[in-house]
Amino acid sequence: MKSEIVWMIIGMGLVTYIPRMLPFVLFKGKELPPFIQGVLKNVPYATLGALIFPAILLLQKDDIWYGIAGAAAAFAAAFLGANVIIVVLGSITVLALYSYFL
Amino acid sequence: MSEFAIEKESSEFKKGLQAGISIGIGYFPIALTFGLLAKTTGLSIYESVLMSMIVFAGASQYISLSLIAYGTGIFEIVLTTFIVNIRHFLMSTTLNEKCEDDTLGNKMVYSFGITDETFSVVATKEGTASTGFMYGVNLLAYSSWVIFTGVGHLIGASLPQTLQESMGIALYAMFVGLLVPSLKKSGKVVFLAALAAIFNSIFTLGGMMAQGWSIVASTILSAVLMEMIEMVKAKHWGVNDEK
Repeated sequence: MKSEIVWMIIGMGLVTYIPRMLPFVLFKGKELPPFIQGVLKNVPYATLGALIFPAILLLQKDDIWYGIAGAAAAFAAAFLGANVIIVVLGSITVLALYSYFL
Repeated sequence: MSEFAIEKESSEFKKGLQAGISIGIGYFPIALTFGLLAKTTGLSIYESVLMSMIVFAGASQYISLSLIAYGTGIFEIVLTTFIVNIRHFLMSTTLNEKCEDDTLGNKMVYSFGITDETFSVVATKEGTASTGFMYGVNLLAYSSWVIFTGVGHLIGASLPQTLQESMGIALYAMFVGLLVPSLKKSGKVVFLAALAAIFNSIFTLGGMMAQGWSIVASTILSAVLMEMIEMVKAKHWGVNDEK
């Protein structure tokens, strides 16, 4: 194992674990300032938006339609109420078919 | 008495394992793809499995791979991981209210297993969540994540090329699957996600920032902006459309 990678993993692990663990240590019904709470509540949705776009459209750099097809499949399945597993497997299937036929 | 307590604890643990099954299944393609992508990025099987064991956070692990591929420095990767995973802070704060009182030691152990998925399962459970339940859910999710990372690294490459390529969508599809149910319920979520998506597209496609920083900046910008809009709305019009 490259020691550089191992240090990176340890660093990633620490900065991931600390926010997970800290509230259990810090809070006993105590509350954060409302503004910060509000911002934190917004973070997951904003993160998801930024994680999905534009990356999902650039899955294949030379064929934007590949990404568009995958995104359309994922959003369609999710909007129809499919659970996450079906959304994942469905989009993979659609893209496999896309590559196979086009 | 202690025998009774142990029995109760073990059935709670089983309930947790059962509740964790859907997560275990959901992690399968995502962990498999992670293992495969880690291999293509040049990580050894030990490094890939170690990352899944120590970090246990899908989105940030995927992002770290693309950052490694871009030749990004360790500091930026760790900082990006921190920003991407800071959302767990709020999840833990929420779960802290829901979990039964227990020793700090137990809480410090099971809090390691809080992910978007385990959080959703525990948070939507009726009543309080026992320590046994937390361990059950987390153990199943964790095992699936770690084992299938290794499997993906080992045999992922022997999957047909088109399937390998199409599995690249797995992560994004998971994000879509997590986002859309909230999107349908709240216009605020639509606005937040769209805003961050637009910021991120401008920053990355415009070549203004590296991908890692761009996700950080877009998230914070959108989350703060949205909260300020809410505050102004509440102050001036007495409107608060939050939920």
